[in-house]
Amino acid sequence: MTRLRWLWIPIVLLVIVLAGGWWLSQRHRQQSAAPEDLAIANMLKDPGVIAKGRYLATAGDCASCHTTRDGHAYAGGRMLPTPFGNIPAPNITPDAETGIGNWSFNDFWRALHDGIGRQGEPLYPAFSYTSFTKVTRNDAIAIFAYLRSLPPVHQPDATLGLRFPYNLRSTLTAWRAMYFKAGMYQPNATQSALWNRGAYLVQGLGHCNECHAMRDQWGGSESHAALSGGLIPEQGWYAPDLSTQANGGLQGWSRQDIVDVLKTGQSSKSAAVGPMADVVASSTQYLRDEDLQAIADYLLSLPPRATPAPMRASFDSQSLMDRGNAVYVERCANCHGKDGAGVPGIYPALDGNATVVDPIGINATRVVLLGGFSAVTKGNPRPYSMPPYAQQLSDADVAAVVTYIRHAWSNHAAAVQERDVATYRHTPID
Amino acid sequence: MSMRWIILLTLLLCSVLAHADQTAVPDTLQQRIAACTTCHGVHGEGSPGSGFFPRLAGKPAGYLALQMQNFQRGLRKYAPMEYTVRLLTPEYMHEIAAYFAAQQVPYERKPVPALAPSMLQRGQQLVTAGDPGRQIPPCQACHGKQLTGTEPSVPGLVGLPYDYISSQLGSWRTGTRASAAPDCMAQIANRLAPADITAVSAWLASQETPADTHPQPAGSITPPLRCGVLQPQGEGA
Repeated sequence: MTRLRWLWIPIVLLVIVLAGGWWLSQRHRQQSAAPEDLAIANMLKDPGVIAKGRYLATAGDCASCHTTRDGHAYAGGRMLPTPFGNIPAPNITPDAETGIGNWSFNDFWRALHDGIGRQGEPLYPAFSYTSFTKVTRNDAIAIFAYLRSLPPVHQPDATLGLRFPYNLRSTLTAWRAMYFKAGMYQPNATQSALWNRGAYLVQGLGHCNECHAMRDQWGGSESHAALSGGLIPEQGWYAPDLSTQANGGLQGWSRQDIVDVLKTGQSSKSAAVGPMADVVASSTQYLRDEDLQAIADYLLSLPPRATPAPMRASFDSQSLMDRGNAVYVERCANCHGKDGAGVPGIYPALDGNATVVDPIGINATRVVLLGGFSAVTKGNPRPYSMPPYAQQLSDADVAAVVTYIRHAWSNHAAAVQERDVATYRHTPID
Repeated sequence: MSMRWIILLTLLLCSVLAHADQTAVPDTLQQRIAACTTCHGVHGEGSPGSGFFPRLAGKPAGYLALQMQNFQRGLRKYAPMEYTVRLLTPEYMHEIAAYFAAQQVPYERKPVPALAPSMLQRGQQLVTAGDPGRQIPPCQACHGKQLTGTEPSVPGLVGLPYDYISSQLGSWRTGTRASAAPDCMAQIANRLAPADITAVSAWLASQETPADTHPQPAGSITPPLRCGVLQPQGEGA
């Protein structure tokens, strides 16, 4: 009998939880039925606010996730691959049935700021509310006003492709407790207005940290220093550390280099490659100069990083270097120069290039295999391009030449193995 | 002459020298599109020695631009092409398409598998007369009497490698190549029997190229099927 009595406890708890959930959802439904606050309703119709929202939505690069390759802008459907399964981005056009046509600003604010959906459900953090929570209320109103001004597109959301147990939304409660803290950006009074604007854009709307920091096994990035670089899960590119100071991923970058790469896709130090080229093309090239300056101001203040552990002496690095040197002279030196200095504005320098010396060598390997064009921007509308070598070089030759450019000149990054090249041969296309 | 003049002239000289250094890389489209020419050839002649990468030279510019757009949109699936063109603007794609469309280089014979004469006969029949019983129109109806294509968006079929033609017909059947709806080529490819694909690809790849390889003028064909790409809004990219 005693044993049976124990069974009642979880049942009673379950009933309480279910009743509480029902009560909360009812309460929330009543809230959303309430008419829009008059002041907000007026702002949503203001063309100036809508124009500002359009700029902010571009700065946040919302369209890049909320649009499929062949689809209507903001109508959703693009799958975000995560280690836990695929998560489709929803339709955020103002269609009443399938989009956000019936949303009030309050619903939008709860999603952006708190990561809570319209039915009170916790949202998957593939939607980067961990960053967007820092966005101010006025900026959120502008973005919402812009989204409401778009032509409505009727397109039901795709089905969630998460595996068990990640497909249970209740697991998010634990995730949020570990990794998420809601809160608007709080200006740092000891810093300039420019710096604060930069920090606001980088940490908030720009959601740079979502890629530029290492994630742990549960997909959170709390335990790593902000913007200290990380492997982008599933896509297979490395988003570099953004510190320009000692041992930083962008060590030696000037203010102008940061502004240039965000505006044109190229700087004197490197070119944006892989997913960052997409970000430049669809978002940062459109930022106003003062915002680019602000971002640079903030990134320049990121602290120096710890000295990396000394590299282990490689197995047979000399023969690998010799082979790499031969491939380099034959295939690469024509454009990038024997000294790895490149041609300014045309072919990136490889000496000191952040793409070449990322901690694991994945970016340089990918670029050698895939080649391709730099980001096409207003500042660089007809970029030069690089041949793809996937069809011409063996895994061993790619490993050799990548190892060579990571060791040559002033570069001191670890060797790349033949077996790594084999894993990176797959071309990442969504 | 004052000091100011000397400084000014020195600065001028420096900027001229710096400029001269930069123009060491030719400012030509050909130089810019090394990513394309590595596989398709400097003049779009196709890959020498390999039977796969298709010839681009002389194909209608509208067709070439539309193919780049289709790779961007995911209608045509081939990961290296999808990756390469994914960020190109319509303007840049048109410029690249015009470059290859304007190239006139000799055709090179590509290897063709040895087939029974009856197979080649079947190939010829499909190209010139089609197969009315299976509702397959002849290739010539759209791709031109000489199979050199039709402006602005129908590609020529002469001088293409066997491997390329057969893999494209296969792609249309598996949905990894598509065009604007209604997708007439998808319908035709699905009406072909597997052996027909071999037959038609081999016959096309074994033909001598005509003396004049320019595409037929726009408006010179009456498509036997409704084709999205041949309708006004479907033209070009």
